[in-house]
Amino acid sequence: MHWGVVVFPGSCDEQDVHDCLKNVLGQRVEFLWHKDRLNGDFDCVVLPGGFSYGDYLRAGAMARFSPIMQGVIDFAHNGGLVLGICNGFQILCQSGLLPGALTRNTHLQFICRQVYLRLEETETPFTCAGKKGQLLRLPVKHGEGCYYADPATLERLRKNRQILLRYVDNKGKTSEPANPNGSLDHIAGVCNEGRNVFGLMPHPEDAGEKILGSEDGLKIFSSIIEACGHREQKAWPS
Amino acid sequence: MRVRIFISLKEGVLDPQGKAVERSLHTLGYGEVQDVRMGKYIEVSLDAPSRQTAEGRIREMCDKLLANPVIEDYRFEISSE
Repeated sequence: MHWGVVVFPGSCDEQDVHDCLKNVLGQRVEFLWHKDRLNGDFDCVVLPGGFSYGDYLRAGAMARFSPIMQGVIDFAHNGGLVLGICNGFQILCQSGLLPGALTRNTHLQFICRQVYLRLEETETPFTCAGKKGQLLRLPVKHGEGCYYADPATLERLRKNRQILLRYVDNKGKTSEPANPNGSLDHIAGVCNEGRNVFGLMPHPEDAGEKILGSEDGLKIFSSIIEACGHREQKAWPS
Repeated sequence: MRVRIFISLKEGVLDPQGKAVERSLHTLGYGEVQDVRMGKYIEVSLDAPSRQTAEGRIREMCDKLLANPVIEDYRFEISSE
């Protein structure tokens, strides 16, 4: 399958995503410059982590108006798969492709450590290779990862089963100490109603090889690869 | 025209920065302080044929870029400098 990785000024994880997809998973990957239009037969577009446009004003606020994002928004509206990691998640929320917003970590500190996540749903192209309730160990590195949505939106997210990842402890239980940034309902990743756009704060691309301490991130990428293989046959229930 | 735009977090949205500042003020002896909320302040100059046009344009700018309607409210003041 064909992957595009968007590069904004201030992105800093695009090389990690590229390396994981190309060298670990043997995928066809291309960088997409923020000033370009989205042209090509992409199966999945990744918005990587970093500090696009310096995170000025609000994290992700300016990136959404870049030429490439206009194409990414159309691509998503037409059912294309879009994965936003960390700053990419913030951009997807700012673009209106995902509900809610990411705000300052409640303890105000930048966090950089491994966390445990519980896979909440597997009927999506981003999680289909996993098992419901499975634990993933991935790193987080962010200062603005506290997920917020108003009560009506949160209710809708739960009802439509759009919460794909929650922060948990090593036993798979949610708790305040296991929630690294104060996110509402321990939310670490959500998808849209159409289940073709997914944003998460943890970094699967930094957990793709044993030497990095975890290979659990591959679960996300191999789900997408699997889903693209079955795309013609299977529609994702929402 | 000169426009002063004030952006604040919506009621109900946690404001950890505001809380940290409040605690500091209490430590300094200003125990009477309550409900500290942090926000953003933006000034812009613009040409517009009328105040009404300027208001419409500023509202658009706030809705599109300057504020995030999910978590923030805004208000603005226009002066004819």
